Amino acid sequence: MTTVSSGASSPHLHQATSVALVMRRVLVALVPTLIAMFYCYGPGALMQWLWAILVAHAVEALMLRWRGLPLQPHLSDGSAAVTATLFALAMPPWAPWWLTVLGLVFALALVKHAYGGLGHNLFNPAMGGYVFLLLCFPVAMKAWAPIDAGHAAPGWIESLVRLAGGASSMADGYSGATVLEYTRTQLRAMKMLSEITAQPVYGMLGDRNAQWVNVAALLGGLWLLWTGVIRWQIPVAALAALFLTAAAFHLADGDRYASPLLHLFSGATMPGAFFIATDPITAPGTPRGRLVFGAAVGLLIYLIRTFGNYPDGVAFAVLIMNGAAPLIERHTQPRILGAPA
Amino acid sequence: MLPWLLLAILGLAAGLAVTRPARGGRDDAALAEKTERIDALLPQTQCGLCGYHGCRPYAEAVARGEAAIDRCPPGGAATVAALADLLGVEPLPAPVSPPARVAVIDERLCIGCTLCLDACPVDAIVGAPRLMHTVIAALCTGCGLCLPPCPVDCIQLRPVPAARGAG
Amino acid sequence: MTLPRHAWRGGVRVPRHKNLSNTEPSRAPPLPARLIYPLRSHIGTAARPVVGPGDRVLKGQCLAEPDSYVSQALHAATSGTVRDILDYPVAPGDVMTASIVIEVDGEDRGIDPWPSLPADADGDAIQRRLTEAGVIGMGGAGFPSHVKVREGLTRTVRTLIINGVECEPYITCDDRLMREHAAEIVAGARWLKRAVNAGECFIAVEEDMPEALAALQAHPAEGVTIGTVPAIYPAGGEKQLIKLLTGREVPSKGLPIQAGVLMHNVATARAVYAAVVEGRPLTSRYVTVTGGMTRPGNWRALIGTPVSHLLQEGGWRGGDQRVIMGGPMMGMALCSLEVPVTKVTNCLLVQEAAPAFLAAMPCIRCGECLRVCPVQLNARALYEYSKAGDLDAAQDLNLFDCIECGACAYVCPSHIPLVGYFRAAKAAIAAAERRQRAAAENRGRYERHQRRQAADQAGSATASPLPAAAGEDREALRAEIAAAVERVRARRAASEPPDGERGGPA
Ligand code: SF4
Ligand code: SF4
Ligand code: SF4
Ligand code: SF4
Ligand code: SF4
Repeated sequence: MTTVSSGASSPHLHQATSVALVMRRVLVALVPTLIAMFYCYGPGALMQWLWAILVAHAVEALMLRWRGLPLQPHLSDGSAAVTATLFALAMPPWAPWWLTVLGLVFALALVKHAYGGLGHNLFNPAMGGYVFLLLCFPVAMKAWAPIDAGHAAPGWIESLVRLAGGASSMADGYSGATVLEYTRTQLRAMKMLSEITAQPVYGMLGDRNAQWVNVAALLGGLWLLWTGVIRWQIPVAALAALFLTAAAFHLADGDRYASPLLHLFSGATMPGAFFIATDPITAPGTPRGRLVFGAAVGLLIYLIRTFGNYPDGVAFAVLIMNGAAPLIERHTQPRILGAPA
Repeated sequence: MLPWLLLAILGLAAGLAVTRPARGGRDDAALAEKTERIDALLPQTQCGLCGYHGCRPYAEAVARGEAAIDRCPPGGAATVAALADLLGVEPLPAPVSPPARVAVIDERLCIGCTLCLDACPVDAIVGAPRLMHTVIAALCTGCGLCLPPCPVDCIQLRPVPAARGAG
Repeated sequence: MTLPRHAWRGGVRVPRHKNLSNTEPSRAPPLPARLIYPLRSHIGTAARPVVGPGDRVLKGQCLAEPDSYVSQALHAATSGTVRDILDYPVAPGDVMTASIVIEVDGEDRGIDPWPSLPADADGDAIQRRLTEAGVIGMGGAGFPSHVKVREGLTRTVRTLIINGVECEPYITCDDRLMREHAAEIVAGARWLKRAVNAGECFIAVEEDMPEALAALQAHPAEGVTIGTVPAIYPAGGEKQLIKLLTGREVPSKGLPIQAGVLMHNVATARAVYAAVVEGRPLTSRYVTVTGGMTRPGNWRALIGTPVSHLLQEGGWRGGDQRVIMGGPMMGMALCSLEVPVTKVTNCLLVQEAAPAFLAAMPCIRCGECLRVCPVQLNARALYEYSKAGDLDAAQDLNLFDCIECGACAYVCPSHIPLVGYFRAAKAAIAAAERRQRAAAENRGRYERHQRRQAADQAGSATASPLPAAAGEDREALRAEIAAAVERVRARRAASEPPDGERGGPA
C-alpha cells in the first residue's frame, strides 16, 4: 500500500472545498424540506429530526472510538448529520424513540462502519436503516398521517409523548397508510382513479402533505445543483424515468394507473432523486453510469410502488441500485482523450 | 432407452474433454512451458538461496509441484504474489529479502587466480589470469557466490549506494 | 480571423493571479556571480561538454554539444571561466546532475553571431541551425526542437500550432514575451512553418490576454492565424489544444505528429527566430518571479542563473515560504534555491501563505476528479488502484495518459494528493520494468555462463578457468597460487587489516 502525503506534490493550489463543506451544503439544502415536514406533520417531525441527530452523533462517535479513529476530523465531517437527517425524513414523525435508535445503530454501525466507514459503504446508510425497520416493524413504520384527514397533526406535547413511546396503541387514527399505498389498495379494489383522488388527502400535485415536502426537496435539490455539490445526471434520469414510465402506464389505462404527477410529488420522490440517489459514495461516479443508475432507480421506484406492497419504493430502488453501482461504473468508463475511436 | 444412452455417451465425452487438460499437464511440453513462465517471474539473481542451483532449477521444481512458491528471498513479496497469481494458489507469507548489495574486489589484494570468475553465475566479474579482477557493479546481483572461492578473501559485499535520480 | 474551436471534455476554472506580474515590462537582472549548466535538463541523453575547467569562455560560445540525436547544445550566456564540471543539485527534486559551472567575469564579451540563414534556406538547414543553437521546447517538457522539426520534415504536418496559451495561474512570461517581441514570434512561426511545410499555422493565446493578442495581430502574416482560446485549465496542454484547434486527437501514448500536428511554444518560436535570423544561440529566457515579494515581475534571465539570484532581485526577503519552480498546478517545490534556471524554467513562485493543510479524508467518490480531468481519466479508480498497489489495473485504466495537470487534486473535496499517487505509481511501474529488464539480462548471462562451464567439463580446454594451465602442470599452478596467497597474507599482517566487515553469502 502506498501513501503519499499532501503538500509534497503538485498542485500547490486547492479549491475552497472539503468534505465538511459538501456535507454542510447538503444539510442547508435540506432545510426547506424540514420546514415543509414541520408544516405538514407538525412538531413531531422536528423532534424526530433532533432526536435522530443526537443519536447518530452518539453512535458515530462510539464507532469511531471503537475503530480507533480520531473524532476530529471524522465526527465533524457532517456525514453522520446528513445520514441522520435523511433517516429522520423517512421516519414516520410519531415513531417512538427506540425505533429511531435501532434504525440508526443499524445504519451507522452495520451499513456504514462495518464496511469501512465514510467512503467505503456499499449501501446508503440512511436507507439501509430505514428498510431494516420497515422489514422488522412494518406496523410502527406506517404511522403516517391519518388517511381521512379528520385529525389535526399532533401538537408539541402529544408528539413528545409519542416520541417517548407513551402512545403504544397504533389503532388510534395515526396509524395510516401513505397516499401512495392508499391509492394502490384502492386501485386494486377496482375503484376509479378519479374517485380516489377526489379524497381530501390529495392535493394539487399529489399527496396533500407530501407534495409540499417534495416541492421543498426540489428547491433544495436545485440549489445543490447550482452549487455543484451534485450533478444533474442522477436526478434528471431518475425523474425522467419515473415520469415516462408512469405516463406510459397512465396513458395505457388511466383508470388503473395513477398519473405521473402524483408519482413525482408523492412519497419520497424528490428527496430520493436529489438527496438519496445522489449520495456519491453509493452511486457510480462516471457521467454515463449516473444516467444508467438514475434511470434504473426511477424505473424501480415506479415498479415497486405500483406492483409491490410497501408504502413507497424509493428506499428499495436506491438500495438495489447501490448494489449494482460498482458494476455500472466499471462498464461506463468515459472515453479518454486519444482513445482509439 | 435410446435418449438415455445418448445422454450417457454425451456425458462421458464431456467428462473426457474436461479432464484432458489436466492429463495434458503432465506432458513434457506443458511442463516446459509452465517452467518457462515461472522462470520469467523469478529475479534471476541465481543466488541459490532457494536451495536450488539457480532460478531455472527452482522454476522446474515449482512447475513439478515439488517446491513451495515462497522460497526465493531476493524476489520477496512481489515474486510470491506473481507466482500465486500464475499458479492460481493462495500466496504464502513472503521471505525476507536480503538488502541490496554489490560485490567489491579489493584490487590491492587480488592475485588474479580467476576462481571468482567461474563462481559468478551472471558473469559480473572481469579479469584475466594473474591480472587484477574487478566487479561490474551494474551487473552484480549481490548473491555472494564469488566470496567463498577467493583464496585471499579480497571480495566484500557492500550495500548498494542509494540510487540517485533514476534515469 | 478567429481560431476554430472543438471542445474537449473536462477542465476547471482556476484563479489566475496574473496581474501580479504582467503589468510591468520585463527587466534584465544584474549578472550573477556564476552560471550553472546541467548537462541534462531536457528530454533525451545528456550533452557532452566541449570545455574543461580553467577554460575562458565568451558569451555565445558552445559549452556542450548534443551527445545523440535527442540531446541539446549548451552555450555560455556571458563571458567567464569554467570553474569545474561537477555534480550539482538541479530541479526538480535536487537530483545531483553533472553540470558545467562558470565563474562570471562581468565583462560580458561575446563571439560574433552566426550569419543569418538565407530567406530560401531549406528545412535541413534550419534543423541544423536549431541543433547548433541548442533550441529546445521552452514550454515545459524540454523536447529538443530540431527533433520536432525533423519529424515535420519526414511526415506531413497539416497544422503548426504556436502555443501562447499560458493556462497555469501566476505565470506571465509568455504573455510579456508576446507583448514585447510579437514580431519575432510571428517571424519565428513563419520560419517553422516553412521548415516543415505546414498546411496551416495557428498562434493561440487565452481569452484574457488581450494585450498579447493585439501585439501579435499588429504583425499579420500570410498563412498564420492568430486568435484566442477559452481560459480553462489546462487549455495549454498539448493534447487539449490540439483537440481544440483541429478536432483531431493525439492517440493515447502517441505524439502530436500522429495527428498531423507540430506544436511549439511562443518562446521557442522566438528562439527559432533568434537562431535563424540573428544567429544567436539560446542563452536567456523570460522567467516570471512572482508571489510573496516586493517586486514581482518578469526577468530576462540568463540560462544558468541560480534561482536565489532572481528571487533576491524580485525583493524576496527569504523566510520559510515555499518556492515553486513552475506554476502552482504542475510546478515542483524547491528544496535548494541554488538550482539554476534552465531553458524550461518559466516561473518561480513564492507562495504567499502556506496553503492550509487539511488532512486527506477518505474518498467520498464524488466523481469531481473525473469530471474535470482533461483526459477523462477515472482519477478516483486510478487512485484506489495506485494506493492498493494494483499497478496492472491502474495501467488498464490508462494511468500513463495522465498528464499530471493536477486538475483532479485541485477540486477533490477530500484533499487527496491524487497526482502524488499517480507519480508514485508510474515510478513503481518504471522500476518494475527496469527490474524485469535486468532479470532478462541476468538470465542471458547466466545461461552463457552455464554453457561455458558445461563445455569446460566436457574437456574443451579453451574455456578453462585457468586458461594458462592448458599445457602446464596443474601442480605448479597450485603452488603458484599458494605462494601468492602467502605473499598477500604477509602483506596483510604487516599493514592494517583492510577496513570493512567481510560479508558472507547473504
Ligand atoms: S533464491 Fe530466487 S533468485 Fe536466488 S536462485 Fe533461487 S530463484 Fe533465483
Ligand atoms: S560478482 Fe559475486 S556477488 Fe556479484 S553477482 Fe557475481 S558472484 Fe554474485
Ligand atoms: S578469486 Fe579473489 S584473488 Fe582470485 S581473481 Fe577473484 S578476486 Fe582476485
Ligand atoms: S474528487 Fe476526491 S473525493 Fe471526489 S471522487 Fe475524486 S478522489 Fe474521491
Ligand atoms: S492529473 Fe492526471 S488524472 Fe488528474 S486531472 Fe490531470 S490528467 Fe486527469
